[in-house]
Amino acid sequence: MKEKLVVIGNGMAAGRALEELFERDPDRYEVTVFNAEPRVNYNRIMLSPVLSGEKTYEEILIHDDQWYADNRVNLIRGEEVIAINRDARKVISRAGTVAEYDRLIVATGSLPFIIPVPGKDLDGVLTYRDLDDVDAMLAAAEKGGRAVVIGGGLLGLEAAAGLKMRGMDVTVLHLMPTLMERQLDQSAGYLLQSAIEARSINVVTRANTHEIVGDGAGAVKAVRLDDGTEIDAEIVVMAVGIKPNAELAKEAGIEVNRGVLVDDNMRTSDPAIYAVGECVEHRGACYGLVAPLYEMAKSVGAGLAGDDSLIYGGSITATKLKVTGVDLYSAGDFAEGDDREEIVLRDASQSIYKRLVIRDNRIVGAVLFGDTADGPWFFQLMKDQTDISEMRETLIFGQGFAGAGPLDPMAAVAALPDDAEICGCNGVCKSKIVAAIDGGQTTLEAVRATTKASSSCGSCTGLVEQLLELGLGDAYARPAVQSMCGCTDLGHGEVRRLIVAKQLKSIPAVMQELQWKTSCGCAKCRPALNFYLLSTWPGEYVDDQQSRFINERVHANIQKDGTYSVVPRMWGGITTPDELRAIANVADKFKIPTVKVTGGQRIDLLGVKKEDLPAVWGDLNAAGMVSGHAYGKALRTVKTCVGNEWCRFGTQASVDLGVRMERYLWGSWTPHKVKMAVSGCPRNCAEATIKDFGVICVDSGFELHFAGAAGMEVKETKLLCRVDTADEVMEYCCALLQLYREEAHYLDRMHKWLDRVGMDHVMEAVVEDADSRRDLHARFVHAQKFAQNDPWEERAKGQDAHEFNPLPITGLEAVA
Amino acid sequence: MKHVNEKWLDIASLEDIPRRGGRVLKTAGGCIAVFRTVDDQVFALEDRCPHKQGPLSQGIVHGASVTCPLHNWVISLESGEAQGADEGSVATFATQVRDGRVLITEACLRLGQEADA
Repeated sequence: MKEKLVVIGNGMAAGRALEELFERDPDRYEVTVFNAEPRVNYNRIMLSPVLSGEKTYEEILIHDDQWYADNRVNLIRGEEVIAINRDARKVISRAGTVAEYDRLIVATGSLPFIIPVPGKDLDGVLTYRDLDDVDAMLAAAEKGGRAVVIGGGLLGLEAAAGLKMRGMDVTVLHLMPTLMERQLDQSAGYLLQSAIEARSINVVTRANTHEIVGDGAGAVKAVRLDDGTEIDAEIVVMAVGIKPNAELAKEAGIEVNRGVLVDDNMRTSDPAIYAVGECVEHRGACYGLVAPLYEMAKSVGAGLAGDDSLIYGGSITATKLKVTGVDLYSAGDFAEGDDREEIVLRDASQSIYKRLVIRDNRIVGAVLFGDTADGPWFFQLMKDQTDISEMRETLIFGQGFAGAGPLDPMAAVAALPDDAEICGCNGVCKSKIVAAIDGGQTTLEAVRATTKASSSCGSCTGLVEQLLELGLGDAYARPAVQSMCGCTDLGHGEVRRLIVAKQLKSIPAVMQELQWKTSCGCAKCRPALNFYLLSTWPGEYVDDQQSRFINERVHANIQKDGTYSVVPRMWGGITTPDELRAIANVADKFKIPTVKVTGGQRIDLLGVKKEDLPAVWGDLNAAGMVSGHAYGKALRTVKTCVGNEWCRFGTQASVDLGVRMERYLWGSWTPHKVKMAVSGCPRNCAEATIKDFGVICVDSGFELHFAGAAGMEVKETKLLCRVDTADEVMEYCCALLQLYREEAHYLDRMHKWLDRVGMDHVMEAVVEDADSRRDLHARFVHAQKFAQNDPWEERAKGQDAHEFNPLPITGLEAVA
Repeated sequence: MKHVNEKWLDIASLEDIPRRGGRVLKTAGGCIAVFRTVDDQVFALEDRCPHKQGPLSQGIVHGASVTCPLHNWVISLESGEAQGADEGSVATFATQVRDGRVLITEACLRLGQEADA
């Protein structure tokens, strides 16, 4: 029988301890994990980017469901362990689940410290420790209004920046005279405060919270300070610190001080029980940062595998603030003292401040603000206790200059010693990464997967990439994010996400907030931004005509001679004698030189003069015809075959379905053109398998295909799923189109988008998750409310007349 | 355009031209594109891209440039020169804005004649 290992807690420390164990001895234990949160293991240090909208929950997952299955770990979600019976070697959860253990890991983490003021239990008083807290903050931020963050430390500032990015008015209250006083000296604290205030976040220092004031109905209304000042708030976030969560261990009779006491093998006073992470106290120290937890986890993993030689000797910690645009790094101890000297570099105009604290020719502390590139190098010198007297004069200028070292960043990386720490979060040194590259890993993802380097906070990604370049030379293709255009360094994906996260609702707002390099963009970015804003804020954003390509501005296709072509809709390819007569009359009346049948089963009138367009449309409107959007990044046609109405092979009413689809979907703007088709049987006469969305009718229902195209590359569709009814076809089709509208980069056809996001993602969002499908469908229907106005009718009645009429030349007279 | 006593034609109100947009002025010798930038400068160019004669007046205006709608050549509104790797230029005409009215040099009426000469 296998030994039983039970883990209480499913945070980063517990997850890492299991990884370390499985790496050494994957089959030794039968593992059960209790998680008080109803989730898998995610990267808690990345909560701030989730709050600010720069990352999604999915992006910060460490272990997905598959990992637990692959490692045969029994994960019990949403159950908090309430007691450990050490005599019987059992734990019991609140829900009554009992698990026996041979070895137990206590990884209960920490609890947010709640300051004991009146009103601390009011609705709207939140902490900032887990995804539930983030969800609560996001729900509050959606309503807008004011937020007060109590605590100007790392977490408090990250929470404040995130809430600000979500559109709230934010005030930070800090008890001490300067921010982050435990990690920063006063000068850096001042610079930090300026940087935070520059983001329109109010900072009040020396602020002692007296009371949280309620509105009489149990919710927060304001925060009152000792001096009587009242600050209005819809939510209050307490981020004043954490304390080890050692209660469960204490009740079980395990020795506890501030945290659960452990030896250098991370064993508690009960040798069958390990403790790891923020709940422990080791050699008098408690830690709240990720790097020490990972070092502890190594020791736990080794111990569980039977190797007690790998001891944990405590950690020196370094801190990096994760607020986009504020670069701050601090490490070690920098209190002033008689035995200490310091080296300081200030550049006020650049807001750069660097300070090294030296004792006996060794660095004991470092604070960097504004330029943190040398942080890891200083940290390495500190950990190695390197004698710096040789390079002392140039030390502060960093690795590039100290001791007249190399300037080239590649050479700097090459010059790092083998044991230099590249990834602080995961404690990965250079030699381990180089070994992985020598062992055949050729991509960033592969190096991450094998070594963990840059897989947590990601701030060392650049260094890891440089090592890849160094090892592989030209064979390494750096996966650079391609910028939208020369006006910005941001890629399409980042811009789309930031539009949502920062609630940007106009092109000038995007350009201002995302620091566009040009005054009003270019012909590449403006149409893209216009689409992103239109699809993100339906009904709110006002379409910017001047940012549309001429075809979409005048609702016709420009031709090589400057004339236009006009294609009215023929729903599902069906027309009538009256419509055909009207088209013939228009062609005669306006002397339209060419009338052609298109591949999308409708009629193209080519060679229309621009001035004639509104009148042509007026006549077509009078016969009941509307714009076919043949000129737009929009729904084009739904091609059909005649189906079971006429065809002896037809299985369903394919024309009816095609007409229904086109009438429901027309007018929608999309990242690129969208073509659809419905074939009445698998003979597929409507060529549905080379469309963006194609339906193949079969006896038993409908096969839904998508992401095909017959452009420069012929792409066959992929099968989405089969459904039974026409109503379901509509729901799936709208949901898919909406997902494409929300996620694709501008000018990516559906197949390009699919290549990027992957089949699993689309299947999950549209097919497997019925709630997600319904939500997508609902958002599509909402957007359509604002989209289904015939642009031809509007212009035939006079809208945008300036587009169609030249400036009058008559009566021009010379003026002085 | 070195006329000592340059004469000006009043062609439009500034508001007749959309910001970051253009209008067409038809003359006997051909079309002239009249542009208004985001900061209300007005420029006039021959409405024929040097590449394939595309109507520049229909392009997207950004900064002091316009992108031709046919093949995305970018033309400077100030100089009429093609930007980037492309080579070619179109005629430009002096303009001014006075009391909210857009004036263009009378020389524009000689468009086409000058080209033939």
